[in-house]
Amino acid sequence: MTEAALARAIEALPDLVNADAALMRRGRLVSLELRVELGDTPYQLVIERGRIERVERGPFVLRSWRFAVRGGEAAWRQFWLPCPPPRYHDIFALTKSGAFTIEGDLHPLMANLFYFKDVLAAPRRLAMVSAP
Amino acid sequence: MTGRIDPIVGRYVHVALGGRAHRLYFEEAGQGIPLVCLHTAGADGRQFHHLMRDAAVTDHFRVLAFDLPWHGKSSPPEGWQRDEYRLTASGYAEAIRGFCGALGLDRPAVMGCSIGGRIVLYLAIHHAAEFRALVGLEAAACQQPWYDMDWLDRQDIDGSGVCAGLVSGLIAPQSPDAARWETLWHYMQGGPGVFKGDLHFYRVDGDLRADVGRIDTGVCPLFLLTGEYDFSCTPEDTAAAAAQIPGAEVTVMRELGHFPMSENPAQFRRYILPVLERIRALTPRAGSGP
Repeated sequence: MTEAALARAIEALPDLVNADAALMRRGRLVSLELRVELGDTPYQLVIERGRIERVERGPFVLRSWRFAVRGGEAAWRQFWLPCPPPRYHDIFALTKSGAFTIEGDLHPLMANLFYFKDVLAAPRRLAMVSAP
Repeated sequence: MTGRIDPIVGRYVHVALGGRAHRLYFEEAGQGIPLVCLHTAGADGRQFHHLMRDAAVTDHFRVLAFDLPWHGKSSPPEGWQRDEYRLTASGYAEAIRGFCGALGLDRPAVMGCSIGGRIVLYLAIHHAAEFRALVGLEAAACQQPWYDMDWLDRQDIDGSGVCAGLVSGLIAPQSPDAARWETLWHYMQGGPGVFKGDLHFYRVDGDLRADVGRIDTGVCPLFLLTGEYDFSCTPEDTAAAAAQIPGAEVTVMRELGHFPMSENPAQFRRYILPVLERIRALTPRAGSGP
């Protein structure tokens, strides 16, 4: 159930992001593939000019990505609460604690921090993640 | 005149720092005990505007905030174009003491946040007798880094976005949007390399772990307040410093992060007003005016 809720959360990203005009404008120069891993399950976010074209679920074979954000399911569950607790409220709080890892070419992340932070946090707007 | 005007007044004071002439921009409001406020790295004194507009504070305190050189409305010194800006512990203390001396402040209280909180500990170690109380917000003797500083100043990344984007996560999720984004705007307005230059003090030149044990709170009381959402200077970091300082008072502030005075002023005043009351009680006859 919880795993399914997490899957629904990340698979909702196209709807959440593409309906947000301010977020789309912020990401207008972003076109890349981002790897996100929820526990052992990899996802690939295909982004074109800030628009989430699709979210694909792995496993992937020899699939490239620009950078990857990985974390355990428990950490993502906390991160996506509508009001996350301290140390779980920001991707860099989670990397500092070791609960998340971010790897790859970090240039597009750092050059578009507000965009990627808001994309990754967008599922907080869904009530289903916070349901027990 | 029908416009609503804030009680904040801004002026410049001329101070020589490191042998070079500076015009330091400062703002102030209120009267009574001088309270000098020190902004965070890469920001400026506007972070304290809410305190300066709070009559519960300004009825008893002359609240002053100056912009460090290179920050806000304080320009870099002449010849800056050839320099790489790097804040040092001694240079930072010189700026604070130079500002207080130039204005003739009588044993001011000093409240600093982040790098301002770190330098408050330095002042407590080296210059405690000059101050009547010291308040460190998000202060610790040392903290663990959580990103590579080289991202902050490079030609192929917009500095305003990366500086503000990094610190955005240090704001508590409960902080209201208007205050959150005004706090971030201040970061977006920092000059190139200035935030990084401030962090030289934070990460390279300002490790005070070997010295905080020398702080004598009998000479100058020390109050330390840290937001629970601050993962840069965590409550545990503050507690580690306080454990070496007999008499230091530590408060963990709920639903606040790294910028308590500007990210959520209403929540912050719940914590800071009792501290200011304590400072007034230390100096019962000092509140009668400048």
